[in-house]
Amino acid sequence: MPVLERPDVKRRPVYLDLPRIRLPLPGIVSILHRVSGALLFLAGIPLLLAAVAFSLASPESYAQFKGAFAHPIAKLALIGFVWAYLHHFCAGIRYLLLDLLKGIELGPARRSSVVVLVVSVALTLIAGVRLW
Amino acid sequence: MVIRRNAVGAHYGLMDWLVQRLTAVVMAVYTVLVLGIALWNGGIDYPLWRLLFANGAFKLASFLFMVALLYHAWIGMRDIFMDYVKPVGVRLTLEAVCVVVLVGYLGWTIQLLWGAIP
Repeated sequence: MPVLERPDVKRRPVYLDLPRIRLPLPGIVSILHRVSGALLFLAGIPLLLAAVAFSLASPESYAQFKGAFAHPIAKLALIGFVWAYLHHFCAGIRYLLLDLLKGIELGPARRSSVVVLVVSVALTLIAGVRLW
Repeated sequence: MVIRRNAVGAHYGLMDWLVQRLTAVVMAVYTVLVLGIALWNGGIDYPLWRLLFANGAFKLASFLFMVALLYHAWIGMRDIFMDYVKPVGVRLTLEAVCVVVLVGYLGWTIQLLWGAIP
């Protein structure tokens, strides 16, 4: 998005053949951060508010709320949201550290992106097992 | 030099970048707090759930979490719109809908925390 008109700016080639682009691991973490964020906004926030409102209303609605998660599809959906939150959380902490200039070299940055992927999936599995 | 400002641009400052990070920290602290409460009590049942939301400090913490979440979501969604939605009219419409929805969620949050609970 141009802030200033800069006629002397270099014309760089644009290569956006999406199926052929191989994203490096930090790139995968980055796009998943964005996807999980969009998911949390589109569905996560309204569902969170509705869930808190419904579960707080009465002991009966609380029991009904818990009962709804007996269904495997509801469980899978919840685990999906748990993963989205955890991935966004872990990747966010990685970005905060990068902002503080921690681990900005190529090697550490790659390793930390693996840590983000592994830790968020591992925590999701732990939560998933407890849920099931 | 021609300065061409974009009406649906990023407001050209560090502010949103910084707020995105500060709100992230607020949410992270709240997340750890709630997880801590759940683990400390070996899970959450209905009486504890009600007790939590009857507590003024927890209400306030939840309110701060939601304000941080909604502001954070706004910056993130605006970044997404700026990256993928190029026609100004469409982008402005999406951003406007986004703001209206987020402010609506804030209203819902206030209702929930300080009104709707019987």
